[in-house]
Amino acid sequence: METVGKSFTRVDARGKVTGEAKYTNDLMPKDALWAKVVRSTIANGVVKSIDISEALQVPGVVRIVTCFDVPDIQFPTAGHPWSVEAAHQDVPDRKLLNTRVRQWGDEIAAIVAKDNVAAERAARLIRVEYEEYEPIVTIEEALAEGATPLHPDIRKDNIFVHTSFKTSPDFDYDKAKERAIEEYGEENLIEVSDTYRTPRIAHCHIEVCTSWAYVDTNGKVTVVASTQIPHIMRRVIAQALGWPVGKVRVIKPYIGGGFGNKQDVLDEPLNAYLSIVCGGRCVCLELSREECVSQTRTRHACKGVLRGLATKDGKLLAREGDIYTNKGAYASHGHAITAGMTTNFKDIMHDAYGCRSDGYSVYTSSAVAGAMRAYGVPQAAFLADCLTDDLCAKGGFDPLQFRMDNCVPPGFVASNGITYYSYSLKECMKRGAEFIHWEEKRREYAHQEGPVRRGVGMSIFMYKVGVYPISLETSSARMILNQDGSIQVELSATEIGQGADTVFSQMASETTGITMDKVYIISTQDTDVAPFDTGAYASRQSFVTGKAVKKCALELRARILDYASYMLGRPAEELMIWQNQICEKIHTGTAAASDRACTVTASSPTGAGTVTDAAPTGTGAADGFDTGNAAVRNAKKLALGGEYIDNTRNDGSKGESAKYSAWLDGKVKEYDIHDLPNGEAAILRDTGVEKDVKPGKALLSMEDLAMNAFYSLDRSEHITAEVTNHCKENTFASGCCFVDLEVDMPLGKVKINNIINVHDSGTLLNPKLAEAQVHGGMAMGIGYALTEELLYNEKGRPLNANLLDFKIPTAMDVPELHVEFLEMDDPMGPYGNKALGEPPAIPVAPAIRNAILNATGVSMKEIPMTQQKLVAAFKEAGLI
Amino acid sequence: MFDIEHYFEAKSVEDAVRLLTEHEDAEIISGGTDVLVKLRDGKGAGGSLVSIHEIKELHGVKILSDGTLEIGPATCFTDLTNDPLIIRYVPYLGEAVDTVGGPQIRNQGTIGGNVCNGATSADSAATLQTLNAVVVLQGAEGVRRVPVTEFYTGPGRTVRRHDEVCRAIEIRPEDYAGFTGCYMKYGKRAAMEIATLGCCVRVRLTPDGETIEEARIGYGVAAPTPIRCRETEQALAGKRVADDQIYELIGSGVLNEVNPRSSWRASKDFRLQLISELARRALKEAIRRWQNHEAPDAALPGRKGGDQGC
Repeated sequence: METVGKSFTRVDARGKVTGEAKYTNDLMPKDALWAKVVRSTIANGVVKSIDISEALQVPGVVRIVTCFDVPDIQFPTAGHPWSVEAAHQDVPDRKLLNTRVRQWGDEIAAIVAKDNVAAERAARLIRVEYEEYEPIVTIEEALAEGATPLHPDIRKDNIFVHTSFKTSPDFDYDKAKERAIEEYGEENLIEVSDTYRTPRIAHCHIEVCTSWAYVDTNGKVTVVASTQIPHIMRRVIAQALGWPVGKVRVIKPYIGGGFGNKQDVLDEPLNAYLSIVCGGRCVCLELSREECVSQTRTRHACKGVLRGLATKDGKLLAREGDIYTNKGAYASHGHAITAGMTTNFKDIMHDAYGCRSDGYSVYTSSAVAGAMRAYGVPQAAFLADCLTDDLCAKGGFDPLQFRMDNCVPPGFVASNGITYYSYSLKECMKRGAEFIHWEEKRREYAHQEGPVRRGVGMSIFMYKVGVYPISLETSSARMILNQDGSIQVELSATEIGQGADTVFSQMASETTGITMDKVYIISTQDTDVAPFDTGAYASRQSFVTGKAVKKCALELRARILDYASYMLGRPAEELMIWQNQICEKIHTGTAAASDRACTVTASSPTGAGTVTDAAPTGTGAADGFDTGNAAVRNAKKLALGGEYIDNTRNDGSKGESAKYSAWLDGKVKEYDIHDLPNGEAAILRDTGVEKDVKPGKALLSMEDLAMNAFYSLDRSEHITAEVTNHCKENTFASGCCFVDLEVDMPLGKVKINNIINVHDSGTLLNPKLAEAQVHGGMAMGIGYALTEELLYNEKGRPLNANLLDFKIPTAMDVPELHVEFLEMDDPMGPYGNKALGEPPAIPVAPAIRNAILNATGVSMKEIPMTQQKLVAAFKEAGLI
Repeated sequence: MFDIEHYFEAKSVEDAVRLLTEHEDAEIISGGTDVLVKLRDGKGAGGSLVSIHEIKELHGVKILSDGTLEIGPATCFTDLTNDPLIIRYVPYLGEAVDTVGGPQIRNQGTIGGNVCNGATSADSAATLQTLNAVVVLQGAEGVRRVPVTEFYTGPGRTVRRHDEVCRAIEIRPEDYAGFTGCYMKYGKRAAMEIATLGCCVRVRLTPDGETIEEARIGYGVAAPTPIRCRETEQALAGKRVADDQIYELIGSGVLNEVNPRSSWRASKDFRLQLISELARRALKEAIRRWQNHEAPDAALPGRKGGDQGC
């Protein structure tokens, strides 16, 4: 590939470094009014009355609304694509302001004033009368008998949803144990039974949650917001107001990070409402840092009650887990995160007998849990890898070898059909172990004395890309040719700091043949103009939106070549675009017209018979992902079933080669053939690249072509392309973390001496950006392991909702971070790529935990492993 | 925007005292790193501020004729750390204030504010305790000198009256000459942190470097106010440094003289562990520095730090 895979400088680098890039509040009109949310000072109860009379007297106050004034409409907030099936729709369990208070700081009134000083003065004068109930902040309190149901209209108790997953319907852990005793003898078994916990944490994006709203002259309420999901936000605001979607407009400028917090609709519907009740005047609603930490969304705290069983020679037999998550006061993302957590716990290891994992998402009167980088998988990885290493410690297994022997295998197919095509997990482990000198260090650290001890630890993960098939994956793209031969690319996939604009530009350049300097991506999304996409989450955009970009670029390319054909009087098939020039296409390879008949034969692993044999005369579209010809579809289908697909060229040669050409749609095209590492399956992918061609003589510049297309008196044509791609593919990314650290036991201090993440994320679109993604995720993982936790007092009030007391790591706390990638081309990705946005944050915390276990022999059962908790554990173990 | 009624820029200490006398709701602001945070939280909202930021005489470090170091209270932490006199005579004080927050805070926050806000967690507190520093206060009724060991009356409370401005912090030659020291800040992370515990240990050894002549131990966060551990200090006097017993002595001795509390930030047990462990480590480092010939002589008037050999 020419452009994809190269470390281009971010297209927004200059603007962001110089400060010229405009973020939400940079664009706010100077005369905007200022809104302040009035929050409850109890954690659980009902607002009986609110006295605003004194507050209204404060000079500068424009309007005060309370929970008794807002529309009686409950709405959902999750940044999910809407489900057309009622049963799968997000749960509407809150109003714009709520009389039923379900967390400390719940939104009960809002003040609009000329500035923040007036708004804050008024807020101090508001008098609220409550009926107060017991705060139920923890999972245990919420599940206790007699606990107040927080949403009696939705659930009779505080269990939001309970789901159960098993590797097979008849699996039962106790029966598996009986069987193991019979088969191996009790003395030859190792069992661990324990409870592990992860904390509630906050995202701590740099830009606070903010928006400003006004009613436009056409009657539309327009909200400019710092969000990852402009089109979803538009729909949710409409639902919350009871307005038609068309009367709502959302604009998303540059944003300073989101990490999933802005994959939820926060106060933007309230902001829209406040503007409407103020006669359409512009109102700004910016949350404070304190509000962002404890009053927006958090990562679910979880408790895993786990059991694991292995043989004495290191074969994992069975596991089970009851996983409870603290979802806080409102549904937000519903049960999706908990369900993801429980399935991931089950799938990351291969249990010879089987595994059961039950997930319970529990309403509590505390901060709402929603999406946060890796959507339940950091918790799953922590639970799974604590159990793994505790089994290893008890059985005397080497944790690396145990994982090599028992982790998710190549060719894994999840119960929902997602197949792990480009499997590199074990190779990742190998690389990580080499880097950290695993064996040498394990030996070196085996017998230590003294107050400072060293250890190595590791953790693995697997992460699906996007939300298909659980939910809809759809994306649109638009490209427009300018008069100078440059193009605009317009998407509603959002740049949230991860570099999306840059890699989409690279994709557009790659496929059109127009150079990067002539690709202008529109970074701002305006839902009145930008084509539909659901936004930045699930590490989906480079995969899902990438397909739309590719499809659109292919269409634009075809239109350009069609016009070139008209101008040059030559068939389009003889032309190609190369570095902004229409060139002659030169055929270089062996692929010739006689090669037009190809055969794809699939047979079972035992070689029994031909399953299908499809002639490539299908009418597949050029993109070839969904459509393709029958052979491609069949190959995919068979690969999903895990069966071996042989492929034979018409010359009789067997297709274990990496590239495969076929005559489809009148063009010689290239297909990738992927033999999965276990040799059990293979699959074809249309790479979108014409095989064995190279640019010949330049015939026409894109600039000349564009000027003609615009102004020709004979054939004026404005060349654009706009496509929707409904993505029905998915795959897994994976990787691992290895860490070498030292523990100063008397002070409870952990110093990381060496750390590496190794990622299997398919083809890298931009290696420099990929590395930066991993660095950020690793830093987050270090904070998750050691210091971060949102704490509450007995009244249910958050204690540390600020950046002083909520301890994210500083630059001084983060060691040099090492990253390696295994670039195995994934057949499902548009350019061989798969998820990387979220995965880096997953494996770090359990790796650190396991290294502390290796260093000290102390098995920590929860994160964050604060200094105080470590000192207490070392004291208990008699180490200090 | 901050909710401030009036902002007065004092031209001199006398001017500041007058403004504070005239405006009973007014607070002093210098660097603003505490005052503005409180105001943002609504504490003191609608009140007035008297700035001493522009009073030149309150900035910088000087040597007085008797060898006393005079620290201007409006000196920011960064300037203090980099001041040649501080580096030469009390480097551990410069190191201590170099642990405050992050670079931006240290460019803005001042040593006077660190003392006058009365916080037991102030990073200069433990060290100033061991230096027997003197806080010079000027108010409507004149100037008074308060030893820092008598300055604090409780958490966030000091003897400073509303109309009084801190005009200097003094360190006498007998309190720094011949001593080395070490401040250990313990936080939950390496920067942007308020001390979970702060410990300063200073020693003066016999000329042969083998025996402790005098030890001083100061703590922040080991009690509601910064404290000294005088009994342990006395117990250490005369002990040989080669004897590892001194570490046991300091580590257990201090536990009888401290009074930490449990809070959600740290439990009493954990703080006690830190109090003991940090004292051992700080003592060891202070002795190492002394033996490494880092103890200064008394300063001579007019002498600038760093521009002379010994």
